[in-house]
Amino acid sequence: MDEPRSPIASRGELDTRTASAEGVSPSSESGARREKGKSLHTPLGLLAELTHRCPLGCPYCSNPVALDKRSDELDTATWRRVLREAAALGVLQVHLSGGEPAARRDLKEIVTGAREAGLYSNLITSAVGLTAPGLQALAEVGLDHVQISIQDSEEASADHIAGYKGAAARKRALAAEVVKLGLPLTINMVVHRANIGRIEAMVTLALSLGASRIEIAHVQYYGWALKNRAALMPTREQVEQAVRQVARLREQHHGRIVIDAVVPDYYARFPKPCVGGWGRRSLNVTPAGKVLPCHAAEVIPGLEFWNVREHSLADIWRSSPAFTAFRGTDWMQEPCRSCERREQDFGGCRCQAFLIAGDARAADPVCHLSPQHGLVEQLADARADEPYRYRSF
Amino acid sequence: MAEPSVQVPDTACPRLPRGVRLTHNEAHGGWVLLAPERVFKADAVTAEILKRCTGEASVAAIVDDLAKAFAGAPRERIEADVVKLLGSLADKKLLELK
Repeated sequence: MDEPRSPIASRGELDTRTASAEGVSPSSESGARREKGKSLHTPLGLLAELTHRCPLGCPYCSNPVALDKRSDELDTATWRRVLREAAALGVLQVHLSGGEPAARRDLKEIVTGAREAGLYSNLITSAVGLTAPGLQALAEVGLDHVQISIQDSEEASADHIAGYKGAAARKRALAAEVVKLGLPLTINMVVHRANIGRIEAMVTLALSLGASRIEIAHVQYYGWALKNRAALMPTREQVEQAVRQVARLREQHHGRIVIDAVVPDYYARFPKPCVGGWGRRSLNVTPAGKVLPCHAAEVIPGLEFWNVREHSLADIWRSSPAFTAFRGTDWMQEPCRSCERREQDFGGCRCQAFLIAGDARAADPVCHLSPQHGLVEQLADARADEPYRYRSF
Repeated sequence: MAEPSVQVPDTACPRLPRGVRLTHNEAHGGWVLLAPERVFKADAVTAEILKRCTGEASVAAIVDDLAKAFAGAPRERIEADVVKLLGSLADKKLLELK
């Protein structure tokens, strides 16, 4: 996928940010069972990484540095089985992602499988490589929603960030097709130092494209994005200004467009409730079939992931060592263990704890209560105007 | 929560837009409203209201129908609940009023 997955938001986490309407409350606490002292929840979302192949080269890509090869990708029948198993497990929404999901020739069959399983399907696309007839075919078999990433409001800058000339124009064209087909459109914008000053212009662009929802996601530093951290990192002043601006834009466009924002966590006081809690709300299936509690989880050494080729999704959810490792609160150390927010942010992100504090069981160092919080401040201060390292498949 | 900015006239015919679906799911213990990147639990009353949002019936007709189905509840009370719910959903782009 060509944008970082907002670990709080989208894939996995089903909205807890929106104030609830009368009688309609964001779903989060359904179906919890206690099992061996760990609460076993019913998952809500499945992130299906159909392929790592992608035409774009975005420097902030949060996919792993080592990508799955095409020859290792799951076949159509296996994906369709996984989708049926996901629905049986209680999953309601599938996010079809990658890489660029349209790089798979069987995307239509996979969307059909999602619909037949009763799942709500969300296509997360770069818009490059998906044709208008291709999109129409997906709409006809029941695709529910499309999310298109944009890199900037200024076309030359957008194409520069994507590492693909003409990408911005293709995104505009595909967005028009989405709207023409009557499908709801989300525009996802990944924010970093090069475009953070143009959030308002990007929101204007999203409105003009006919989006009903905008996702403003500050870069999350995982996978490939880590290589570009110094080139992407905004300043604290820029971030503070952006946060105020988003609040103002949300107010200004209330009722016209939904604006969801993922807070830039290097500048946060508390960590994000990563994936809504480990093994609690979502699963992530890699192109080669490994099932991860979050999309960056492979970075943590010693975790044993099970593969859908060998296990049912229900078995994996319940019993695979990777899912049980950080489920619940028993694994926590101080300051998390006795923290009153432990069931609220779940100690933050395990990957970030490992990447920055060197211990996957530590508090996410983004938290101001973490003894390693100073390291995050140092990293946020390490900025360099250096060329992007683009990724290529 | 901000005040709904969308007005709900009683002649409007509400419907769930493409990409928003009401479905019953045992694993999640009842009715859920599926929307772009979001899931909402709907209680039984909400589900009864949403089931009637077909794009055919007006808000007034929906209120009448509910008043018939839930005999005993005053119409004004039902109307206030319906208008509040629909306005709030329209605000979040989860409902169309045409």
